Order: sequence, then C-alpha cells, then structure tokens
Amino acid sequence: MSTANTEIAAAPRVHYLNAQYGVKSWLLTTDHKRIALLYLGSITLMFFVGGSAAVLMRLHLIEPQGALVQPETYNKLFTMHGVVMIFFFLVPSIPAVLGNFLVPMMIGARDLAFPRINLLSWYIYIIGSLFTLYAIVSGGVDTGWTFYTPYSSTYAHTQVIATALGVFITGFSSILTGLNFVVTIHKMRAPGLTWFKMPLFLWAMYATSIIFILGTPVLAITLFLLALERLLHVGIFDPALGGDPLLFQHLFWFYSHPAVYIMILPGLGVVSELITCFSRKKIFGYTFVAFSSMAIAVLSFLVWGHHMFVTGQSIYAGLIFSVLSFLVAIPSAIKVFNWTATLYKGSISYQAPMIYALGFIGLFTMGGLTGLFLASLATDVHLNGTYFIVAHFRYIMVGGAVMAYLGGIHFWWPKITGRMYPDMWARIAALIIFFGFNLTFFPQFMLGYLGMPRRYAVYPAEFQVLNVMSSAGASILGIGYLIPLIYLIWSMRYGPVAPSNPYHAKGLEWQTPSPPPTENFEEVPVVTEEAYAYGSEEGAHA
Amino acid sequence: MIMDLIPRLAALLDGLAGLPIFPDQGSTIAEGVDHLHYFLTALTLFFTFIIFSTIFYFAVKYRRRSEDERPAETKTYLPLELTWTLVPTGLCVIVFVWGSSLYFRNSRPPTASMEIFVVGKQWMWHLQHPEGPREINELHIPVGVPVKLTMTSEDVIHDFYVPAFRVKKDLLPGRYSSLWFQATKTGKYHFFCAQYCGAQHSGMIGWVYVMTPTDYADWLSGGTKGETMVQAGERLFTQYGCITCHIADGTGRGPVLQGLFGKEVRLKEGQTRVADEGFVRQAITNPNSMPLAGYPPIMPTYLGQMNEEQILQLIAYIKSLAGEERKTKGK
Repeated sequence: MSTANTEIAAAPRVHYLNAQYGVKSWLLTTDHKRIALLYLGSITLMFFVGGSAAVLMRLHLIEPQGALVQPETYNKLFTMHGVVMIFFFLVPSIPAVLGNFLVPMMIGARDLAFPRINLLSWYIYIIGSLFTLYAIVSGGVDTGWTFYTPYSSTYAHTQVIATALGVFITGFSSILTGLNFVVTIHKMRAPGLTWFKMPLFLWAMYATSIIFILGTPVLAITLFLLALERLLHVGIFDPALGGDPLLFQHLFWFYSHPAVYIMILPGLGVVSELITCFSRKKIFGYTFVAFSSMAIAVLSFLVWGHHMFVTGQSIYAGLIFSVLSFLVAIPSAIKVFNWTATLYKGSISYQAPMIYALGFIGLFTMGGLTGLFLASLATDVHLNGTYFIVAHFRYIMVGGAVMAYLGGIHFWWPKITGRMYPDMWARIAALIIFFGFNLTFFPQFMLGYLGMPRRYAVYPAEFQVLNVMSSAGASILGIGYLIPLIYLIWSMRYGPVAPSNPYHAKGLEWQTPSPPPTENFEEVPVVTEEAYAYGSEEGAHA
Repeated sequence: MIMDLIPRLAALLDGLAGLPIFPDQGSTIAEGVDHLHYFLTALTLFFTFIIFSTIFYFAVKYRRRSEDERPAETKTYLPLELTWTLVPTGLCVIVFVWGSSLYFRNSRPPTASMEIFVVGKQWMWHLQHPEGPREINELHIPVGVPVKLTMTSEDVIHDFYVPAFRVKKDLLPGRYSSLWFQATKTGKYHFFCAQYCGAQHSGMIGWVYVMTPTDYADWLSGGTKGETMVQAGERLFTQYGCITCHIADGTGRGPVLQGLFGKEVRLKEGQTRVADEGFVRQAITNPNSMPLAGYPPIMPTYLGQMNEEQILQLIAYIKSLAGEERKTKGK
C-alpha cells in the first residue's frame, strides 16, 4: 500500500486544513474531518462550561452548611452540570469528534455516506446548545438532568422548557450521526475490508449508532410529553392531572440507560486501538471483543428498571431487571480481560495515549465492579440515590469515557493536526488526572455507603471530612484538564511536524499523510490483512 | 526530613481513624445487607488487584526494549475466553441470588407490624401514629418492634431513607408505598429525603428516635392529647357527609363500609380488586375511575378537598370497620 513519505510532507502540501481558508470554508464544509473539528471546538467549550459548574459545586460543599451559594443556585448548578456534560459533551464526544474523523478513514472511504447530513447534525447540535445555554443564562433550571415528574412538569419554576427543548433538538443530531455511521460502515468499506477485519473502534461506533437510532427518539417523545403536560396541562405524568409519575421514569430510563452505553462504548473502542498499538499486538479475542460491543448494545435496552428498584415497582420486575443488569456486566468484563491478555508478550511503550488507556482499564474495572452493588437488589436499596451512585457513575463516565476520549485525542492528534503534542507534558497530565480523579471520587463511595444522599446543597457535619477530600481532588482534576487544553493548542503551531505514522500503528488512517488530504486517500486502499496485524513483517511502516 | 514524616503520618492515620467508614447498624436487616456489601467490596478489591497487578507486571516485563521490536502474535485461546466469561457469570449469579433473597425477605412486613403514616411534602415530613400523636421531621418508635410505614406524597416524589436501617422507598403522589424495619438498639438516627424534590430538598431531613418500649409508651401518652387516627377519621366521615350514603345497615346509596376493608370488590367492568389503602384512596379522590358493580356512579370526587393526612385518617377509620359484621341487607 502506498504511504506518503514524511520528508516530503514537511514541504508545503495541500491537505484538508489548508485546502481552503476563511470562515465560510469551515461553516459550509462537508468534509467529515473539518466537521469533526467543528465538533471538537464546540464540545470542548461545553466541557469547560459543565466543568466549571462542577468546580463551583465542589467548592460549595467544603462546608456542611454550604460555602458558596444558596440551595436554589446549587440545584441549578448540578442540573446544568448534568445536562451539559451528558447531552452536550459525553454523548457527542467520541462519536462526533473521533468517530466523524475516523470512521471514513478507517474504512478507506472518502467521506461519510451523507456529508451534508453530517454538517446538518452539527448545526442541530449548535442550535440545541444555544437553547440550553440560553436556559442557563436566563435563570437556569433546577430539575436535575433526569427531569423527574411531577416536579419538572408541575412544580419547578425554572427554565424547564428551554432546557428540554435544547436536549430534544440535540437528540436529532445524535440520530443523524448514528444513521450516517451505520450506512457508511455498511456500504463504504474499502475493497477487502470485511466485517471481521474492521478495527474494533468501528464495531464500537456501529453498536453506538444502533443505540443512537433506537434510543434517542424515545427521549424526544418523553421530553415532548413533558412539555405537553407543563404547557398545556395534559395529564400524562402528574397524578393530580390523572397521570402516572413512574411512566416518566420508565420512558426516560429506556433511553437514558442505553445512553450510558452511548457514552462508554466508543471509549471501549478507542482503548482497543490504543492497547494494540502500544503493545504491538493483535487484540486477544477479536470476535469476543467485537461481539461484546453488540451484546452491550442489545442488553442496554433491557435494564432500565434498575434505576427504579426503590420506586415501588413490582418486586418481580425488580428481580428481572436485576438479573439483566448483572448480565450486561459480563461483556464489559470480557473486554477488560482481553485487553489485559493483549499485553502478554507484547512490546509495551508508555507514550501518553497508553498511559490514558491503562488508566482507563483500571478505573473502568472499578466502575464496573461497583456497578454490581447497584445491580444487586438488597444493596441497591441502601446505596440508590446516595453518593455511591455518583461515584460509580463518575468512574465509568470520567474515569472511563473521558480518559478514553483524551487518550484518543492524543493518539490521533498527529493525524488530525499534523503536529505532535509534547509527550512528557501529556504523560504528566494523564497522571495528574488519574490521581485527582481518584481523590475526588473514591471518598464519594465511602460517603454513599455512610448514607449521604446526592443533590444535597447542605449536609450533616459528620460527612465533612470526606467532602473536603473530594473537593481537594476536584481542584487537582481541574488543573489536570487545563494542562492538555494548553499544550494541545500550543502544539498546533509549535509542535514538531508529525510523520504519517508516528506510532507505527496499523489501520488505514495511518497510511495516508498527516494531516490527510481532503479526499483522505490518494488512491482507494485495498485491505488484505486482519486488523492489528502487528506481528506481520510488513508492519514496519516508517 | 524522614524523622519529620513519621509523626505527620501518625497524625494523619489518627485523623483517618476518627473518620467514619461504617454506618450504624440499627435494624434487623442492616447486618445482612452489610455482609453482602462486604462480599462485593472484597470481590471489587480482588478483581481490581488482579487486573492492576497483571497489567503492571506485563507492562514492566514486556516493556519495549528496542524501537524495532515486533512481538509474535498470540493466538486467542478459547478455554481462557470461556473461563473469564463463565467465572464472572457464576459470581454474578451468586450475588444476584444473595441480593434478591435478602430483598425478598426485607420487602414483606411482618403481619404484626405497628403502622405509622407518613406524608411527604415540599419540604417537610408529616408523621402520624394511629394513637393520635403527630410529628414533623421526627419519628419516635419503640425498639424491637416491627414498624410499617405507609407513605404518600402531597406534591412531588420524595424518598424516605434511613441509612442506619438500610431502608429506602419513594413516596409517590397519588399512591401508597410502604416500608418496614425493626430497630435493634435505642438511639437517634438520621432520616433523609433521597429523591430530589426542589429548592429545600437537602433540608428535608429528620431524626428517628428509637426508644425502649416503656419510654415509647410514656412518649405516646405524654404526646398531644387528641383524637386517635380512627376518631379523626370518624369525625371527617361525618363532616364530609360520607355518612349520608355509606349507611351501616345497607339502606344508603353507597356501599356499606363495615367489613369491607381487605375484601375483594367487584367493579362494573367485571374485574375484582382488593379494597386496600390504595383502593380506598382512589375511591375517595377519583370515584369515577372505578365504577362499582351494582352502584350508580353518583359519588362526587373529594380530590383537592382533603389533604393526604385526612385521607389517611379516613382510611384508618374505614380500616377499623373491617372487623365489623357486614349487614346482609347491603347490596
């Protein structure tokens, strides 16, 4: 296969970043790589919006009576944090940025199947974000990201409609992205790239897209019904109007539990790429890892009731949701074991993306295992609604999804920008994030077991020591996230020029120059080898 | 420098020892739940240790020694895949059975439970003893006696949570949920609202006072002198005119309530329902939603005319009639 020589790449060369200049060339682009960068900019902004809410909350909780704000404001802070982080950062993060950039590159295609729909999905995301940001600046919303009824539909006096509308609109951007990926992966694979030769990142994207398409409409319907009740007093969820408050929770979690897998599955895919590259090994148990993604996608739709064990749902329903929730843990365990086995007899280097990936495995393992406490009925009764859940969710979402996202951003940064990041700084940042993360969230497991409920603006004094530890960790974590922001921006201008394949990685995206030309490949690649054929002789591309 | 570290470390450990790690075990079920919790903690630590140490070992042992290393491929080994699929599955089955059997056992209140009624509203708890005393954000109970809480909400969803008892249940508007526990030692324990309910959610907390039976009896008799819940319900029964239709001898326009509670009732559409708390509540607040076989649908709704506490008092009264003989003259 043809590989552009890096020495030549140092000379001025036309690629997707310099092919056209000007704001218009970006805002009207249909190039999946440029759209990925549009997403990267917008979700980074949203990440720091949601992150500042978290920092304010942790500062506030240093003192039991609350150090910073009124309870009403605190309630708005955690709602804003949840809504922004989940719907505007975690859900689009890996799919819309890395997926957008990589799905066509990894399958050897010129673009996604529907480039203009791809641009449309970004505009939809922006419109949704604007509604939500408007809701925040025009008074905020205080329902929690879960919008539980009848509080949200009848009792809250805050910007419920604007926020729900923002989330509703953004959902369509997810649906369109999912649709685009499914069609692209089905129809546009390079010659020779069969399903079981695909990188596992693509399997993860495929599974995620299925959930996007099947789950997101249910969220849209749920929010629409909520708006109907709030604006027109149609009795759907509020018992005072003849509705059923638990119906909302069933509908909401029917989307929002699969959404948890929307957020983590792409991360699992990224980690498979990182582990294989930095140990130079074919993934151990390819089919098991690939099918575990699909198993997670299917099972994720059948476990929503484990959010409702203490709502008074039938104990037999509880039993079924409990056993299914245990089942969904198995594919995740299979992945962890296979990644570990992949390292066996490998050639392991500790470049920054690998540090993120190893950190991910550790934190994801803990997040997954603490999930068993919550799948098990008797322990869930005690832990549900406490800081234990907060910590479990953060181990999966921050220790898992965000670590994987950062690992992936670093890994593909040379491909995306054509520049190397400073590896030493990146490793230091990864370690600071790992340490700060654990200090922030490990004490929260203990707080939850001791019985501290979540979403408390003030709390009994006996919980203070652990809260102070957690807040201290949060300040370290905050700094850890600022460091990559600084050096990655710095590297775009001052970083060393990246060769086309700086890690000697496999995968079609590494066989074209960095940054790639607008059409991705000069000639359509033909795939002859399995994914991750690091053992083969021709693996030594410079 | 090192000499300086030791006293500091000691001070730190001292501080940590003062740090609470285990919550109080205040109920009969707390210990059982904790045993499962310990087992799961051990499982978590064990697998985290296995994964961390294996990764660490591999990462050191197989570190890249030269840039052009090309390690040979390792073939997927099916027995290994099956082992790490089946062993976690087996462990999950154990935890599932363990957790579910505890939950099953803990979800059925003993028949001899003492009953207390709880109404949650933004942002306070109203608790009512059958003997009459009413409390706000406090609950006095005797030690060693099973206590069943029948709960509902006046507005949004709340959740009654006593960490020391390891119990928690949502309070939903428009329906009753229940929760039970049996305290094992006297003392004072926090209870919390564990479902976000608006501005003062974190202020919706209170104390359970677990007392010796004699102290409890003293507390009951020393409490506000007033009617019992049944007496209050009987007064409401007259005051709201229920008595004009629900006549004991069966000559009224509505069904006889004597001997009704807990029995099966036939609806117009043919199905039957047990006359429990939820049924009576629905009959009071929304009678048209469940027309009875053999009665004209003439009962007005009392939704919005009585608060949840009054409805509970009416139910207590109707419940007290359960033991009375049903007049055969009734339809």
